[in-house]
Amino acid sequence: MIDPSLVIEKRALISGVGQSDVGRRLYRDPLELTLDACLAAIADAGLTTADIDGVATYPGPMAQPAGFSGAGVVDVHDALRLELGWWSGGIESPGQLGSVINACLAVASGLATHVLCFRSVYEGSAQGEKGRASVMPGGDGGSGGFRASGFMEWTLPFSAPSAAIWIAMMAQRHFYEFGTTREQLAQIALNARKNAALNPKAIYRDPMSMEDYLGIRMISSPFCLYDCDAPCDGATAVIVSRADTAADLRKPGIQVEAVGTALRGRPSWDQFDDLTTMACRDAAAQMWTRTDLKPSDVQLAEMYDGFSFITMAWLEAMGFCGKGESGPFVEGGAAIARDGVIPLNTHGGQLSAGRLHGYGFLHEACVQLWGEGGERQVPGDPEVGVAAAGGGPLAGALLLTRRR
Amino acid sequence: MAGASTEPELPFRILPRLTDLNRDFWTGGRAGELRFQRCRQCGYYNHPPTPVCPSCHSKELRFEPVSGRATLWTFTVNYQPWMPGPELPFVVAIVALPEQEGLRLTTNLVGVEPDQVKIGMELEVTFENHDDEVWIPLFRPVAAS
Repeated sequence: MIDPSLVIEKRALISGVGQSDVGRRLYRDPLELTLDACLAAIADAGLTTADIDGVATYPGPMAQPAGFSGAGVVDVHDALRLELGWWSGGIESPGQLGSVINACLAVASGLATHVLCFRSVYEGSAQGEKGRASVMPGGDGGSGGFRASGFMEWTLPFSAPSAAIWIAMMAQRHFYEFGTTREQLAQIALNARKNAALNPKAIYRDPMSMEDYLGIRMISSPFCLYDCDAPCDGATAVIVSRADTAADLRKPGIQVEAVGTALRGRPSWDQFDDLTTMACRDAAAQMWTRTDLKPSDVQLAEMYDGFSFITMAWLEAMGFCGKGESGPFVEGGAAIARDGVIPLNTHGGQLSAGRLHGYGFLHEACVQLWGEGGERQVPGDPEVGVAAAGGGPLAGALLLTRRR
Repeated sequence: MAGASTEPELPFRILPRLTDLNRDFWTGGRAGELRFQRCRQCGYYNHPPTPVCPSCHSKELRFEPVSGRATLWTFTVNYQPWMPGPELPFVVAIVALPEQEGLRLTTNLVGVEPDQVKIGMELEVTFENHDDEVWIPLFRPVAAS
C-alpha cells in the first residue's frame, strides 16, 4: 500500500446524483436531457447552481460517432451560468469515469469545492430506425472517398469497425485459455435482465431465459445480440464535493475511498499484452494499493458491460474471483445475484438498462449505498461498493463507502 | 509467399489513407511482401509505425519484409452487417508474427470455413489488391496453399 497521506481522493465525496429520462429513442434535445440530469444531481446534494464551481465530463463535444456526446463542459457551464474554479472535459482519460476521478483530485487540491460531473448520450435517436450501421464510419459505403486514419487505419480496412468485434476477440482468447463458455458468459446478460425488471427506468425489462440467450442471433462470436449493450438516449450526473463540506449537504456523502487509473500495457485494442484482462487489470490493481479494504469487504459491484465479457474481466481484475476464473464464478448466476456473494449491475447494466456509458454504474452504486434502490435494493444495508467503467485499453475504478 | 489475390470480385473495403509513414506497409503486397517497420539500431519491429523507435528512441527506422507466416492468436466470426464488406459471415483475426514476441496484426482470415478456425493454427499472408494502390494483407491456413 502507498503512503495513505497521498491518497487525496479520500478528501472527495459524492454528494448527489441525478438522471434524465432514459429511453431507447427519446428524440429530445440532448442538452435538455443533460441539464435535467445536472439539475437533479445538484438538488439531490442539497446545493444550488451558485454552489457549483467545477465541471467535468467525458468525452467533451464530439460530432462523431453520432449521438456519442450530448453536451460538453462549455454547453453546461453557460446554460447554468456557472462560475468555475476548475473544469475538464475530454476523451483521453482512464475510461468514462476518469472524468469523475479528475473531479475528485480537483476538490482535493482546492481548485473547486463542488464539481458537477456528467455524461450525456443520444445514440438511440441519432441512429434512428436505421440502426447502428447508419452511423458507422464507412456505413455509407465509402461515398465521398472516406479513408481510414488514426487507430482505425488498422481495423477499418479489415471490415472491423466496431468494438463488438475487438472485444469479441478478447473474449474468444479468454474462452481458449480458460475454457470459458457461452453459457457462463450468458449469466452477465441474464443477471442484468433480472435486475432490470426491478428498475422502472431500464430499457429492457422482459424476462430473459438461457434459451432466449442461446437462440438469439449472433453478432460477432462469441457475442450474440444480448452480449451487446443497448444504445439509448439519456444523461447522468454526479456531484463531487470536498469532504469538509459534508455539513452543508442534504445527505451523508458517499466517501471516495480509493480510485484506480493505471494503464501499464500498450494503449491498443490488439497490441495490449494480455487481451483477456484488458486494462481493467491495471486500474483495479492500483485501486487496491490505495486502501486497507479488501475485495471481500465489497458488498456490491457496478461494473461496465458495454459487452458482457468486459464485466467478466472486471470481476477478475477486482479480485472477486481469480484470474481466468470468472466463468465458473458466474456459472448459474447465484454469486452475482442481488443476494449473492457480490451483487452485480443491480440496475440492469448497459445491457438491459441502456448504454449510459459508464456513469450509470456510478449512479447505481451511490443509489444502493444510500439505500434508495427501492425494489432492487441490495439487502443487508451495504456500506462498501465499487464502480468501474471502460473496456479494452480504457479503465477507471472507484471504491466507495457510505459515510455514517 | 503468396502473390496478389486472384479473386474475381473484391469486397468493398475502406482503404487506409496513405502517408509517408505507412505506405510501405500497405503497398508491400505489390512485391508479395508483408513488411513491418524495423529499427536499424536495435532491431525492434514497430507496429503501428512511428517516427521514433519505442525501444531505443532511434529515428533510423525502415520497413523490412517478414516471413509472412503467423499463428492465430484470436478471432471472431462476424455476422453483423456493420458496413458494406465481405460476404457474411467473415472472420476477423488477430495474428501473432513469429519475428517478435507480442508483434500482432488485426486482419481477416480467408480460405477457411468459419467453423474450422482454431486458435493456434498456422497461417500465411495473401494480399487483396485494390486499384493497384493498396494491398490488404489477409491470412489463410498454410495447408490451404
